[in-house]
Amino acid sequence: MPDCQRLTTDGLQALLDALRARGYRVIGPTLHDQAIVYDDIHTLDDLPAGWTDEQEAGHYRLTRRRDAALFGYAVGPHSWKRFLHPPVQRLWRARHEDDEIIVVAEPAEATRVALLGVRACELHAIAIQDRVLLGGDYRDGHYQARRRDNFIVAVNCAEAGGTCFCASMDTGPQAQHGFDLVLTELVGDGEHRFLVEAGTPEGREVLAELPASPASDAEIAAAEALLAATAASMGREMAAGDVRELLLANLEHPRWDDVASRCLTCGNCTMVCPTCFCTSEADSSDLTGTETSRSRHWDSCFTMDFSYLHGGSVRASGRARYRQWMTHKLATWHDQFGTSGCVGCGRCITWCPVGIDITEEVRAIRETRDGAPT
Amino acid sequence: MAARPDRAPPGDPLTPRVVRVLKRRRDAPRTVTLDIAADDATAFQPGQFNMLTAFGVGEVPISLSGDPADTNRRVHTIRAVGPVSSALARLAPGDALGLRGPFGSGWPMAAAHGHDVVLIAGGLGLAPLRPALYRLLAERQRYGTIALLYGTRSPDEILFRRELAAWQRRHDIRIGVTVDHAPSDWTGHVGVVTRLIPGLALDPANTLAFVCGPEVMMRFTIAALKEAGLGDAAIHLSLERNMKCAVGLCGHCQFGPVFVCRDGPVLCHDRLGGLLGLKEL
Ligand SMILES: Cc1cc2nc3c(=O)[nH]c(=O)nc-3n(C[C@H](O)[C@H](O)[C@H](O)COP(=O)(O)OP(=O)(O)OC[C@H]3O[C@@H](n4cnc5c(N)ncnc54)[C@H](O)[C@@H]3O)c2cc1C
Ligand code: SF4
Ligand code: SF4
Ligand code: FES
Repeated sequence: MPDCQRLTTDGLQALLDALRARGYRVIGPTLHDQAIVYDDIHTLDDLPAGWTDEQEAGHYRLTRRRDAALFGYAVGPHSWKRFLHPPVQRLWRARHEDDEIIVVAEPAEATRVALLGVRACELHAIAIQDRVLLGGDYRDGHYQARRRDNFIVAVNCAEAGGTCFCASMDTGPQAQHGFDLVLTELVGDGEHRFLVEAGTPEGREVLAELPASPASDAEIAAAEALLAATAASMGREMAAGDVRELLLANLEHPRWDDVASRCLTCGNCTMVCPTCFCTSEADSSDLTGTETSRSRHWDSCFTMDFSYLHGGSVRASGRARYRQWMTHKLATWHDQFGTSGCVGCGRCITWCPVGIDITEEVRAIRETRDGAPT
Repeated sequence: MAARPDRAPPGDPLTPRVVRVLKRRRDAPRTVTLDIAADDATAFQPGQFNMLTAFGVGEVPISLSGDPADTNRRVHTIRAVGPVSSALARLAPGDALGLRGPFGSGWPMAAAHGHDVVLIAGGLGLAPLRPALYRLLAERQRYGTIALLYGTRSPDEILFRRELAAWQRRHDIRIGVTVDHAPSDWTGHVGVVTRLIPGLALDPANTLAFVCGPEVMMRFTIAALKEAGLGDAAIHLSLERNMKCAVGLCGHCQFGPVFVCRDGPVLCHDRLGGLLGLKEL
């Protein structure tokens, strides 16, 4: 960790102030309805000090920590896609005047947003959505505008959640790139401090404005030990190396029927997943018929409508829909975008009402591969 | 090997342009062909589609079914099956609609130079094949033998009837039409379209097949073409999937690794690696 600086909690507040002075709306973790969700942050008091989360398949609970750590939990039900690729986006409005129709594209909203507390897996998820939404022949102009002016403050994970498996997916727990600043929180010995490193020129500029001092060798060693401990205590793991080939060779495996017997096809997993990007569109018109418009909204491959063709859905069974979701994440995403669609954040495991675990499903197929009976 | 435009056309891909209907013809029960005034001179490739909006109702993918050489109009043949297609099929000359496109890959017209070409259509699948036929006939000398096999449910569902009759009178193209169910006055073929394939005595080493129809029909057609000796690389299909964006952003049209809107709708069978045989993919 070269050029590593140290900030106190006052120094962290100074970072919030510096970002706001630069015109950024700062969004970060807050406590709301018994969960940690992303919302506006004005002062350090808005952060969930002293809270942590217990996560297991189908289980999420906040509990008190013994210390006052500000980032002492894993990821919650929100991901940053809520701000970068929002749940609802109007695309255009049309005015109907006499015989004329004038269509006006919804202007792309350029927002100056600082994301505070972005975890390593989430940096990867953002990079994946960048590829999906900006990397093709056609770009999503709304996403592009929302991504243009971001300042990203990453946080290295000091603790792994019960459903985390970023170490398997090679996406964490340490933030490697894609941030302006990265923090490692150190609590204990009566001290509360953050090691900070810059990842971009703007990050360096902001860091230079803060009351920081050089980190000691002992602090750097402590941060490295913390990250190694996090990597060693992942709640889950998945052998990801050959998972694409494994799933594509087992599209008729009986395990798909097994998981379908448990899956409610509720789509929670797709809503919480930070890389799921699918949307649908809805047209509407006002009562007088003088204005019509189109919006797009998050959609899920678990709905019947998703694959509807006149006469019925292509993927009518739960088996086909779960298979589509999981093989897309772990297999065909590679063909389409040259990367996995899963970053190992564990959200789909935690927020599945019946506790279906993507790592367990892969393991079950692996152990009885080629369709051998379970 | 499907033909693909090099780049996305400029402009906002998600906002429709407003265009007007020039002419409306009824082709079959619930099926009309609209001529739409072209708002620019952009050429399309046979096999491509547009997204058509009935304002206030919704938007659906519809193939271009007209002559690619005619840059004054965009021709679409629409079967009214639900809210959006019904609203589109009700449009009259002068009415406005929204249009985005053209999108997707086209039939491999250039790769077929010097080869025999057989077009096989099921039902409305004739619509996206008609532009290919116009092109084949316009550049007749570039191709070997040309055949069109067309199967539809019943004689009254036959599309582009007058044109079909005119093509049947030509000596440089073979036309086979068959129906599933026929009244007593029908003198043509009865039965599925695949039954007409052996009669063509295709030269398997030198033939490209362009196939469009319902998925079951395409599965049987692939089997019959392979029976006739054609390889996967010689068989091109136009696939159908639910589509919302048509530009690779909404995820709806996925078929395994393929985005049908972007990589298709026309795809070479060798690219699909047997996926068509899987149920509910
Ligand atoms: C590449 C492509 C080319 C097509 N070309 C033609 C054509 O030339 N002529 C024609 O009549 N039809 C064509 N279709 C089918 C046409 O898009 C559907 O009939 C239409 O979407 C039905 O919409 P609806 O709202 O009227 O009916 P509903 O059946 O009520 O459909 C509800 C919604 O489901 C989706 N949907 C339903 N059926 C289809 C379908 N077959 N394909 C894609 N989405 C569907 C649409 O989003 C639609 O709005 C084509 C489809 C594709 C994918
Ligand atoms: S699939 Fe599950 S573990 Fe993977 S990125 Fe999505 S929510 Fe996280
Ligand atoms: S896997 Fe779980 S969260 Fe996803 S659709 Fe099925 S029941 Fe819902
Ligand atoms: S139709 Fe949206 S991705 Fe293909």
